[in-house]
Parts: sequence; structure tokens; C-alpha cells
Amino acid sequence: MRPEDESELAEVVRGASSPLRIRGGGTREVGRPISGAVVETGAISGITLYEPAALTLVARAGTPLAEVVEALAAEGQRLPFEPPDWRALLGTSGESTIGGVVAANASGPRRIMSGACRDSLIGVRFVDGTGAVIKNGGRVMKNVTGYDLVKLLAGSWGTLGVLTEVSFKVLPVPESAATLLLPGIGVAPAVTALAAAIGSPFEVSGAAWTEEGAQIRIEGFAASVAYRAERLQALLAPFGEVVVEAGRDASDTRWAGLRDVAGLAGRPGDIWRVSVKPSDAPALVARMGAEAVALDWAGGLVWALTEPGTDLRARLGGFAGHATLMRAAPETRARIAPFQPEPPAIAAIATALRARFDPRHILNPGLMD
Amino acid sequence: MEMPAPNPAILARKARIVERLRAVLPADAVIAEEAETRAYECDALSAYRCPPLAVVLPRSTAEVAAALKVCHAEGVPVVPRGSGTSLAGGVLPTADCVVLGVARMNRVIEVDYANRFIRVETGRTNLSVTGAVEEDGFFYAPDPSSQLACAIAGNVAMNSGGAHCLKYGVTTNNLMGVTLVTMEGEVLEIGGAHLDAGGLDLLGVICGSEGQLGVVTEATLRILRKPEGARPVLMGFASNEVAGECVSDIIKAGVLPVAIEFMDRPCIRATEDFAHAGYPDCEALLIVEVEGSEAEIDEQLGLILQIARKHDPVELRESRSEEEAKKIWLGRKSAFGAMGQIADYMCLDGTIPVSALPYVLKRIGEMSRDYGLEVGNVFHAGDGNMHPLILYNANDPEELAKCEAFGADILKLCVEVGGCLTGEHGVGIEKRDLMVVQYAPEDMEAQMRVKDVFDPGWLLNPAKVFPLALTAARRAA
Repeated sequence: MRPEDESELAEVVRGASSPLRIRGGGTREVGRPISGAVVETGAISGITLYEPAALTLVARAGTPLAEVVEALAAEGQRLPFEPPDWRALLGTSGESTIGGVVAANASGPRRIMSGACRDSLIGVRFVDGTGAVIKNGGRVMKNVTGYDLVKLLAGSWGTLGVLTEVSFKVLPVPESAATLLLPGIGVAPAVTALAAAIGSPFEVSGAAWTEEGAQIRIEGFAASVAYRAERLQALLAPFGEVVVEAGRDASDTRWAGLRDVAGLAGRPGDIWRVSVKPSDAPALVARMGAEAVALDWAGGLVWALTEPGTDLRARLGGFAGHATLMRAAPETRARIAPFQPEPPAIAAIATALRARFDPRHILNPGLMD
Repeated sequence: MEMPAPNPAILARKARIVERLRAVLPADAVIAEEAETRAYECDALSAYRCPPLAVVLPRSTAEVAAALKVCHAEGVPVVPRGSGTSLAGGVLPTADCVVLGVARMNRVIEVDYANRFIRVETGRTNLSVTGAVEEDGFFYAPDPSSQLACAIAGNVAMNSGGAHCLKYGVTTNNLMGVTLVTMEGEVLEIGGAHLDAGGLDLLGVICGSEGQLGVVTEATLRILRKPEGARPVLMGFASNEVAGECVSDIIKAGVLPVAIEFMDRPCIRATEDFAHAGYPDCEALLIVEVEGSEAEIDEQLGLILQIARKHDPVELRESRSEEEAKKIWLGRKSAFGAMGQIADYMCLDGTIPVSALPYVLKRIGEMSRDYGLEVGNVFHAGDGNMHPLILYNANDPEELAKCEAFGADILKLCVEVGGCLTGEHGVGIEKRDLMVVQYAPEDMEAQMRVKDVFDPGWLLNPAKVFPLALTAARRAA
């Protein structure tokens, strides 16, 4: 089913008597394998409001992410949270939608400076499991009127409602950028170096590690980038060689690769995404026994490529954070919970919320269980 | 302001309830004498008062849980309270409630610079969070005007903002985790030193829920390294419209100041009489602050001044020293106090799209003449969060009613142009009945479902946020 607009979608949900699988562009096949009729949001599309001077953009949920990115770029602006393109990593194709980005709360390297997708999201409209159309938040960046369902919907993977419209606070694209590269540095010293960089006053907007080494991004006016690059180079000198790679284009290419976890894409095995306290990352990586890892968010986000069918959580033991199985065969995702099992009291709240928003259990039922 | 009638059965059981609370809390943590409970009868919306049944002041999460278990068993409403600085009546008690104050819980639990967070008990004041880390060059970004007094508990409950949110966001963007005690007395850990939720983002809906979902006793907060420096510039303009256009142009140019503050003529005049900051005689002024190294500041301010000059400013004042910078901020920081010298005032908090600024200011001026009440405007222009201050005489009930009607009209205007009722103060009791202007019944129903899950008995912070008529059935159940 591919409803043409919000009211048609509401009718579809109201009239449904069995489970629905909600689909934006189908680029993020994450979670428990579920069955049900597919409902696509792709036809509910289009940017409905864009005010560059107010740093605000509103789009219908099925709008291609690429269309949003392009409209913003034409005015020298962008989505602050740097939405990733996981198609190559997850082995999917199709057109990523802005609603899908929100449903996954998908954020890239700039999350450490500008926050996650949920932090830029200032308003939503959605259809709940009863078919009611609900709005929350709006189009202004400061809004504490009533409960914040905007955050609750972000990252709910279509289990509380089907998004129909999303509003964002956007930001100007800085004039210039540069990357500092610490070639060949290992995970443990890299995490220490990245912590030093983001704990400095020099406004780091990316802090990642791959087999190439540690990589640190700064953005801003050209003179300011040059100044901060120099200061960071001095700050990081104790960690070894520090190479400065200047220029917007080089930075865009490099950080698109880091954002999309290109280093792990196209390789056989399962893909895990682990959110941790950054300083815990080296010890956890050692325990993972992964075939390859990539770190972002100064170590706070670990991507791991593991042998198919590995239960990574069993290897990690107890840790503060959560591990999500992002790519695996359906039978693996049926056996190992793709989303981190929660303590009983928290799980009970999540279950009760879903029962309230979707009393008939028809919206992606069981996807996050 | 209408409040639900107190439950006579609870009032009649006061002695027993107090005795049960004393059985689980230290002697000095339970206040039941009317002379003493009176200190908790209101918050900063002091036109409304009601002494509670009792007050408890626990010293630990375990004591909070113990108190809540008693209240839950007795079916007694609980009003969680930080420092009581709410401007929206967010902690107004009912006669049959227990006020649960977390002010005695103010310890720093952990400071972690490598992972950039601090964990505190929520009775700690906003400013003293920064106080705990500033010697090491760090700060906590959200900075509500009341930061000297307001507690993190209240900041989390109201999702507080401040002058610097244009760059750093509000409380919810700087909150990483909480310890939440439910009405049943269950202790939940949500979030922590890692980023994002593994499942549903409960932290996101707890922040800003005005103490209606649980009592937040500890919080993990993002701390940031202080910039090398910051410097403001002051600009005066011939009209509100021109100042509004200048704000738009600055934002569009790709500079992101940490703050853009706006004051109109009535406010400028009042602060001049009060604080003598040497502000120019003009219709509107902006204070724009940027951060960075000296050279970075020079570059950004250069660009901003270039934009301002295109709008024929009547004054452009740069600060060349710490002293001059302080003087630029002096008037802005004393604006509320200055207006308070003239008369009592009601401070509103609606947010509007920045593009609607000139129109909204013009309409407020017209309404001011119609109502015969003076208004001063001082607010965060970069994010459209307005603070109209309506001057009135609090001892004149008729004028209070007129002032409230005027305030409601301004907030309706904010919603009409695409904005909202409250940007950072919260709904409380003050804007409860206006929720219908912004939200349809099903929108509020969706929010109330969340409350149903966390607090099925509807005992936490009664009569706030939602119109009473909408919640009556749930409260009675």
C-alpha cells in the first residue's frame, strides 16, 4: 500500500485488521523480521516550509533525504546531525526518506557537537495505531508546550506511530573545514587523543578512528579553521605524528566515508552498532573479537564486523550502553534480539507506551523486541 | 486560577499520613506545621498560593522512594519541587498534597572530563554545576536567567533554556541520563554516560514533563570546554522591524552567535533609569555575542557589524575590554529588575518564527494601547523566544484579570503565526487552559497517554499542563 497523503494513510491504519510493516525507502532493514502488509510513506512527499533566515525546514515524511539535503545546500545550509547513508553498509538499495531517518534517529559524526537527529527535530505529525493524526512540537526551536513526544517518536522505528511530517532546526554550512589525521595510532591511545581534542576549546565536529588512524574534524571560517588546526596539532603532538588535511572538499569526502562506515561496507559478516561511554571503548573492543571495527563519536560509537551469528552481547558482558545488531541474516535476527534487551522495569514502560499508542499491535509489531 | 477541590478524605487523614512519612524519613525531613508549610505555598508565580498538607525534604534517592511509597499507598498527590523559581506555577501545591523538595540533595556524584559529563543530585543549582567544573575550564551550557537559584530538578522538569541556546541547545540537548523515582517508589536508571537510547527515548519525554512522570533525583549532564573568549556588540536601530531584519540577515549569513538578545524602547528606557548602562536612545537594540579566540571573535564581529551597517543603525558599540563587555550586558541582565521597579509585571514566554518578529511586536503594541497596559519586550531573538513583560498593579484584582487576558491574547498570537505558548518556562497552571489553542484534543490525549503509563493514578504534580476539564475523568478514576 502506498497512501497518497496523511488522511489516506490514517484511513489505511484505521481500517487495518492485521499487522502493517511501515516502510520509508526501505534502506534500513533493522530489527526482528516481521510479517505484515507493507505500507510505504514515499508518496507523502515534499518540503512544506523552508525559511532559511529562521533556520527551519518542514518536510513530509516520505520526502527523499537527498531532496532535503539539496534544498538546504542551495541556501548554504544543512541538517546539523549529518544523517548517514547506510545502504552500502546494510546491503540495501532504494531512496532514504527523511521520515526513515527520524524513525531510526540516525546521526553521523557531528552528533558529538550538534546532537543527534532527535536534537535537531522540533516537530512531528504522525498517525498512531488507532488511525488518529497527532501533532507535537512545531516549527520553532524553543518549545516546551506540553510533553515532548517529538523525542519519543525519534528512534521509535515506526512502533508508536507512522510519521507523516517532520520539522528541523537547520544550520549554516561553515566556510571551511580541515581534518587532523594521526596515522596508524591504535584504538586505546586514539581514544585518549580524541578525548583531549573534544575536551579542548577548539570546537571539534568529528572524532573518529579507523585502521587508517584517528581523525579529527574542525569546521568554520577559513582563518579560524587554520588557527584551530594549528592549536590542535600542538595539543596532540604527544600522541605522535599529526597530519593536517585542509579543504572543504577533502573533508566532505573523508567524513562521508566515516559517516557511512564505508570501511566495513561490502564485507561478509554481521554488523553491530555499540553505544558506550567513550573511555570504555578500548576494553570493549578488545573483548569483541571482531573482524574489524570503526569508532566514531570520540569512541562513544563502535561499529563492529563479526562472524555471522555471533551474539556480541555475550562477549561484552555487562557494560553501560547498548548494542544493536544492524545487519544479519533473518534467522540470526530472529534468534538474537537486534535491539538491546532492557531491564524489566524499563521494558514494561516501553510495552505499556506501545499498548497505548498502538492498542491493536499493528504497527511494526515486535520489531524492537 | 481554578484548582481541583482538595480531597476531604485525605485532609482528614493528615495525622496518619504525616506519621507514616515520619516512620520512613528522618525527623527533620517532614514538615507538617502550618506555619512552616506556608514557605512552600507558591513559586515565582506568587499571585497563586496554597499551603500543602505536608512537606518532605529527603536527602537521598532511597528516602525519595520511601516517601513516594507512602504517598502512593495513601493515594496522596505529590508536587515535586526544586528551588521553587517557576514562573508558570509549576509547583503550586494543592491543600491535599505533599510537596517533595529535593533541595537538600545537592551533591556532585561524579565529574568525568575525558567523557565530558558531570553527575549531580538534582537539588543542586544550575550555576553551581558550572561552579563545580569551571576551575578546570569546563561549563554546563543551559543558563536560565534564574540560574543562581534554580535547581537542576526544575530545569529537567521544565526543559529550561537560557540566553545561549542558539548555539548550545536547551536542557534536553544537554541531558544524558537521569535517576527517576516513579510514583510507586520504583527507582529507574535511564540513559547515562553513553549517547542515545537503546530502545524508546524515555529520557526525551521525561525532560519537560513538568514533574508529572516521576521525581528526578540524579542527572548526568553534558559539560563542555569553555571557549577561549566571548565578546558582545551592541546595536541600536530606528525601529523593531529593522532590528528584526538585522537578526534574520545575521543568521542567514552563516554566522552563529551564541546569543542574540533584543530589547524594545520601553525596556531600554526602564533599564537606563535603573541600571545606567549607557544604552542609546532608540526604538530597538540588539546585543550579539560571539565566541572564540581574539582573532576569531574579530572576524565574526567584523561580519556582523558589516551586516548591521546595512540597516542604518543609530548606534554600533563594540567592547574593547572586559569592563565594556560587562556594561553592554548590564542593562540586559537588569531588565527584569528594572521593569519590576516601575510596577508588577507578568512575564510571558511564547516563541514565534523569527520571520514573524516585526509583525508580532507591532500587534503587541496595538494590543497594549487597547488594554491600556504597558508592555516591555526583552527576549532571545535568535531563536524567536519572546518575553513580553506586561506591567500591572497586582493589588488590583480587576487589573490582574485584564493583564491575564492581555497575556492570553499575546500567546494566542504567537500560536497563530506558527509559534507556541511557552519556549522555556513551561505550562504549569499559568498556560494550562491555553493548551487548547495550540493542540487539538487528540494531540493532548496522546500526551496524557504517556502520563497514564508512568503515573496511572494521576497523583504527580496535579492540575498542571492539561486543562482541568480534560483530566477530570482520569483524576477521579
